[in-house]
Amino acid sequence: MRLLRFALAFCVLLALTAGVFTIVAWRPAIGPIAPPAVNSFDPALVKRGAELAAIGDCDVCHTVPGGRALAGGRAVPTPFGSIYSTNITPDPETGIGQWSQAAFQRALRLGVRRDGAYLYPAFPFDHFTLVSDDDDNALYAYLMTRAPAYAPPTPDKLPLPLNIRFVMFAWDFLFLHPGPYRADATHDGAWNRGAYLVDGLGHCGACHTPRNLFGAERADLKFSGSEVEGWTAYALNDLSPAPVPWNAAALRHYLRYGYEDSHGVARGPMTEVAGDLHAIPADDMRAIATYVAAQMNHAAPEQDVVVQGAEMQRDRGTTDTAASADSQSNALRAIDTKNDEGAVIYAGACAGCHEGPRALPYGGIDLMLTSAIGGPSANNLVNIVLYGLPAAEAAHAPIMPGFAGAMNDAQIVALARYLRARFSDKGPWTDIAKSIHDTRNRGRPLTIGHPAVIEPAPSGRSTAGAQ
Amino acid sequence: MKLNVNGTPHNVDVDPRTPLLYVLRGDLELNAAKFGCGLGQCGACTVLVDGEPAFSCVTPVALLADKQITTLEGLGTSERPAPIQRAFIEAQAAQCGYCIPGIMMRAHALLQKNPRASEADIRAFLEPHLCRCGTHMRILRAIHRAQAEMMSANAGGSG
Repeated sequence: MRLLRFALAFCVLLALTAGVFTIVAWRPAIGPIAPPAVNSFDPALVKRGAELAAIGDCDVCHTVPGGRALAGGRAVPTPFGSIYSTNITPDPETGIGQWSQAAFQRALRLGVRRDGAYLYPAFPFDHFTLVSDDDDNALYAYLMTRAPAYAPPTPDKLPLPLNIRFVMFAWDFLFLHPGPYRADATHDGAWNRGAYLVDGLGHCGACHTPRNLFGAERADLKFSGSEVEGWTAYALNDLSPAPVPWNAAALRHYLRYGYEDSHGVARGPMTEVAGDLHAIPADDMRAIATYVAAQMNHAAPEQDVVVQGAEMQRDRGTTDTAASADSQSNALRAIDTKNDEGAVIYAGACAGCHEGPRALPYGGIDLMLTSAIGGPSANNLVNIVLYGLPAAEAAHAPIMPGFAGAMNDAQIVALARYLRARFSDKGPWTDIAKSIHDTRNRGRPLTIGHPAVIEPAPSGRSTAGAQ
Repeated sequence: MKLNVNGTPHNVDVDPRTPLLYVLRGDLELNAAKFGCGLGQCGACTVLVDGEPAFSCVTPVALLADKQITTLEGLGTSERPAPIQRAFIEAQAAQCGYCIPGIMMRAHALLQKNPRASEADIRAFLEPHLCRCGTHMRILRAIHRAQAEMMSANAGGSG
């Protein structure tokens, strides 16, 4: 009898909890609207929206490479499963054509769809929540004036219980800190503007900050670097592995052109990010670079970077013969540079471009300057040796051939070992063979950047020589 | 060092850093693979290494010990052309012809691996190749033609 009463009480309590949870977590649908006419938006607002969409890289996730711009369907691989981006063109049936401005803003700020369903944080609303009303309105004006594309959503591949969107209520409760952005009075205007763009719309931390078990960014490790889509997103704080420290000027060049003389070339998902940032306003770029450089407390003083890179090359020597024993790392001394398999492969397959007369972006970077060799994992080096840098369509862009067909796994291991020993002061990698195996067999999802297939913004931005 | 080209072992006396293309053309007088850009960006030098397409202009022979190299000469002869070669001739896919051997090699590799490759598969796989004459539509027709021939040959059991 007592047991029955206890069980009854337990059931009532459970039902009450579920009821309260439902009431608290319930999000209403926001009624559909007739898709607004293109000419109902102020062209200046649309143009600003285009710039903001470029800073937010909307098209990177929301476009299948080679597919229709912003029509969604691109898989975003996560440790929990693949989530497919949605159609954010104003198609009334399959896109956001029936979304009001209020519905759009709620999605950006709280991660809730127009119909009231929760969005997964693969859509970085934990960052977009910082975006101001004005910028939300401009983004809305931009997206609602794009060409509508009929593209039904691709079902996500998520296990129970994550495939029940309602459970994301708990994630939001724990990890969403709603905006707006609050200025930090201890820093100047450019820094604050940069913080607003980088931590908000730019959502740099989505890749460059490691995530916890629940897939939320770890605030205590902000910008400490992470592994994303088969690539290392390098640390943007004091842990940055860049051999020549970054500064704001170098960042501005890198983010605008996709390469920088003393740091090299954007690869993987970053290629598309830099492609989007190519034509953003100078003030916005300056602010972004100022804030990111400030994360690296020991950032090099302005203008010194190129000089420092050149000095490093001179000090350490860039050819087999120029490298004297005393300027070599201990690890390299253990390698017989004449007969080491990796040394021969480097000399035959790599040095022609990487020690050649052409400068970046069409020549190869001096490998002692790239983070790919001194970085925490071999992933980026392996990706680029296997698949190279694909040529962009009808655009000036860095190029490198892939060696997937020419080199077997053992040869890439030998090459990577040699490069690590010769061009970095870090200890040997232990995960090279697994990295190669996983990349070849797609055990690790891999994005190959291909910027020019993304539709340019209507402001007439071009990747060929503008600015 | 030893190089196995089109099923024949060769002894070549070269620096291991030498690009395969130079050895093929200069030492072995196999001239189908062409020097285009020298940067692995145009595809004219493409050969197969263990069945996988590779740019021979940026592939040092040091990488090739114990591997099987296949050039266009290894697919067929003018008397007995391979299906891919016959299809390119029948579709009149060559204009100046400089890029065609490389394209045939990559197309052959694709059809060996995926006989049912779709138009989209073919276009994506051939992306590394440039053809300045602009015979792309004929090249695509030729590959479909070879594909049909290879599949019907397979269906007939004659391989």
